Parts: sequence; structure tokens; C-alpha cells
Amino acid sequence: MPALPAPGADMSHDTLLVFEVTILVLAIFLGIEVISKVPTLLHTPLMSGTNAIHGVVIVGAMIVLGTPDKSTFTWIVGFAAVVLAAANVVGGFVVTDRMLEMFKSRERPKKQDGA
Amino acid sequence: MSYNLSNLLYLITIVAFVLALHFLSNPAHARRGNQIGAAGMLLAIVVTWIKIGSTSWWAIALAMLIGGGFGAVAARKVRMTAMPQMVALFNGVGGGAAALIALAELHQVLPPPGAPTADISLAIVLSGLIGSISFSGSMVAFGKLQELIGGRPITYAGQQFVNGALFVGALACGIALVAGVQDQWLLWITIAASLAFGVLFVLPIGGADMPVVISLLNAFTGLAVALGGFELENNLLIVSGMLVGASGTLLTLMMSRAMNRSVANVLFGAFGKVTVSAADSAAANGGQSVRSASAEDVAVMLAYAHKVVFVPGYGLAVAQAQHDVRQLADLLEEKGVEVTYAIHPVAGRMPGHMNVLLAEANVPYPQLKEMDDANPEFSRTDVAVVVGANDVVNPDARTNQGSPIYGMPILNVDDAQAVVVLKRSMNPGFAGIENPLFYNPKTVMLFGDAKESITKLVADVKSL
Repeated sequence: MPALPAPGADMSHDTLLVFEVTILVLAIFLGIEVISKVPTLLHTPLMSGTNAIHGVVIVGAMIVLGTPDKSTFTWIVGFAAVVLAAANVVGGFVVTDRMLEMFKSRERPKKQDGA
Repeated sequence: MSYNLSNLLYLITIVAFVLALHFLSNPAHARRGNQIGAAGMLLAIVVTWIKIGSTSWWAIALAMLIGGGFGAVAARKVRMTAMPQMVALFNGVGGGAAALIALAELHQVLPPPGAPTADISLAIVLSGLIGSISFSGSMVAFGKLQELIGGRPITYAGQQFVNGALFVGALACGIALVAGVQDQWLLWITIAASLAFGVLFVLPIGGADMPVVISLLNAFTGLAVALGGFELENNLLIVSGMLVGASGTLLTLMMSRAMNRSVANVLFGAFGKVTVSAADSAAANGGQSVRSASAEDVAVMLAYAHKVVFVPGYGLAVAQAQHDVRQLADLLEEKGVEVTYAIHPVAGRMPGHMNVLLAEANVPYPQLKEMDDANPEFSRTDVAVVVGANDVVNPDARTNQGSPIYGMPILNVDDAQAVVVLKRSMNPGFAGIENPLFYNPKTVMLFGDAKESITKLVADVKSL
């Protein structure tokens, strides 16, 4: 007979899964909501900005490489994953920053009013 | 660091990412948004590092230094015109990382006693599969844009069949794995087949369709990362990955809508290999001839116009002519000419490509008009200057039902009093489609490299 988890005990695997799926679905709607407000003007920075955000995979790669008592295989794969993900993160944010830096409403800070 | 504390700190990162996207709704705040996103990322990395403790810290540091160093140098050095391939490259490595994590996770959970639960193995299989497609597909897109591989569609007999077989094979191995066949080799085969599929699926897609492909692959990587979050039970990966997945999907749909084609047509239509029929329609235009003009003639037209609209296309990026166009526009504005830029949503090789190039040349963004705002303006425009654009100004899209681009919304430059087309030669554009605009009596052609032509125009306008 399965016992209910006591309050404060670790969540069961299924409970966690349902919770994760909930978050996933909400994230889809949040993503659509936020993105649909981005003007075409900024679609390239949007692409490279979201590109940088999926570089968060570095967290996963670090967890793999940081596993205690791992096999050589995990070590090599984890190392490669961290290298790739780090390139993704740094490259993504730097490229986006370079692009956004260029978008100006006026060329030089002239002493004029209005944007 | 406890599980709950690290999750709370990850929540701050999630908020930072959402803010980063939110701030992108306005070019004035967009840069700050990106910095907030980067700060959030830094926080997540620090939290993860503390959580892991001292295990392999030097290996992590070394790997970060290598990857981050490469990313920083590449991102600093790349020219704005090469931005699409750079985005494709960074997208690919992200997908690759997600696939590697899937491999490592399966390796961890597989050995005899700990059989993975169905949902974990499903996440592993899917992120391996999608991440690999994204990796190899992005690398091919990079190769095409960097012109390491020919940009034209590469097709062969039975292509769809081979692609289909590879995909089904990858899927079958994946299903076997989820169904409980505990063999690591199945994942290797899944990944190998997905890598091959990624290559073969991007190869037949023409350069002009790259905006759709790049945003789709971006969505793929996001999805692979979100699935990685299920493997590692990490909310941060799930939410951030899915944000990117949703945004990439939305952009993909918007891009294909801007071309009036379905996503499936873009991906499997091998658009742009129709060189034979292009020759036919060229023959049909045989009765008409194009008018070619000298730079002096065009300079006079421009200098005495009231309103001039520049219509940039991929040719502008190839010729690196954005600064020269800007210089010409400045000169014209000094002479009292009203200058704007009309930008088609799929001009260039990635969404919004032209906006970035012109921003690089310091063109103020209020002068950049989107298609819907630009089109009504053409009827009161004296001269429309088409710089390296072709299909996005092709009137066949409005009138010729037989044209492959029929129905695609275009910039109606032929509503202007006069049209100047800067073009290297009469060869059809990337999509290989003949353009009747060139034979329009209102149109004059200025042949030559876009950069050289514009430089000449600048000199001639100056001397007027």
C-alpha cells in the first residue's frame, strides 16, 4: 500500500513531473506573450538574444561535469558540453550587445528635442 | 547550497531572462535588457558552481575559459554583415551541448540497477534527437551563409525518402529506448541519425529561406534545452529553454507568413532551384528591354527628388554598402530630400537583418519603415532605390499566378514615380525568378557592385 508522503518529505517523482510540465506549459504562453511585443526592427537582436538565453544549458553541462565519482566518459562529454555551452553564452550575449549598441534614434547626441 | 535556495536564486535568473525579452520591445531599452539577461546568466553560473562544490572545479573553469574565450573573440571580431552565420554557429553549439548532456545523463542512469523511468528516458531521447538536429543543421546553415558550401539548394533523387528514413530510424531507436530496451548504443544511433538528418534537411534549403531555418533551429535548441531540464530536474532549464522554443516558433511562423508560404513548403520545397523555368520567363520578356543608366543620370534624379526611399536587400550585405548608402542619404538630406528606408520582413538572411546593418551605419531607426508603413508611401515617392533586393520587390508576386512567389506580400516600389535598381548583372536573384520590375518603363538599372555604384553616386551628387 503506497503511503502518502509526509508533509515536508521529498516530493515523489510523479509529483515533480506534473509540476515541471505545468511550468513548461506556462513558459510557452509567457514566451509567446513577451515575444509578440517585439517589433520587426529588433528581430535580429531577438534571435541572438534568445540564442544567448538558451546558453543557460551551461548550467546543465556544469552539473554533468561536476558529478562526483564520474566515469571518464562522463568527464569527456561533460567537458565538451561546458565548452560548447560557454561559447553559446558568451558569444550570444556579446553579439547581441554589439547589435543593440548600434540602434540609436538619432546619430549623434544633437541638441534637439523629440525622439 | 540547498535545493530550495538554489531554485529560488534560479528564479531570479528566470525573471532576468523574461525582463531581457520584455525590454526588447523598445530599441531604446533593448541594450539594458540584454545586460540584465547577462547578469541573470552570471548568477545562474555562480549558483551552480557553488552547488556543485569542489568537484572538478578546475575542469569546469578550463572548459569555460576555452568556450567563453572562443565565443568572445568570435563575437567581437565578426562583421555585422556576417551576423546571420554567427547566430547560426552559437545556436548550433547550444544544441550540441544539450545533446551531449543527454548522452551523459543516459550513461549515468543506465547501468543495471537504476533503470531510468519512462519520462526521463523520453526527455533524454528527445533532447538528444532535437539537439543533434539543431547542431548539425546550424553548422550547415553556417557553412552556407559563410559560403563554405554553395548557397543554392542541393537536391538529388530520393532526397525526401532518405531524409524520412533517417528521421524514422532515429525515432525508432528512441522509442525502443523509452520502451525499455536498455542499451546505450540506441542513443548513439539516434544521435548519429539525427546529425545526418540535420545536415541533409538544411542542405536543400536555399539561402533566401535562411531567416525561416535559423529561427526554427533556434526554437529546436530551446526545446532541447528545456528537455534537458527534465533530465536534470532543473526548472531554470525548463523555463528558459521553453521561452526560447516559443519565441523561435513564433518567429518561424511570422517569417513564413511574410513569404506567404507554409513552413513545410519552406523546409521541403527546395525553393530556388528553378533555374530552367527562370530562363523560360526571361525568354517571355524577350520583347522588352531594360533601360540602363549612368551614375550621373541617377545622381541628378536623386538630387532633385522630394522623397527618396531606399529598399535594401541581401546584395547590400554582400557588398558591405550600408555605410555608403548612409553617406548618400546624408548628402540627399542636406539637399532637402526626404529619405526613408523600406524594409521587407524577409530581406536578407535572418529576421531583421537589414535593420541591423543600417543601424550599424548609424541610420536613425525612426527612418526604417516596415512593409505596412512603407507601402502607402511609395505613391508619393519620387525615386525608389533598390539596393541588392530582388524577390521582395517583384511585382509578379501580386499579378502572376504562375510565379513561385505569387501571393507573397512585397514592397510596391513600382508605385513610385521612378525606380532605380542597383544590381550586379541581369542574372536572376537568389531564388532564380525573373523580375518584371526590371522591364518596367519607370525603372532604370544601374549595373555594377552596389558599393561602387553608391560611391559613384555620392561623388556625383556632391559635384552637382
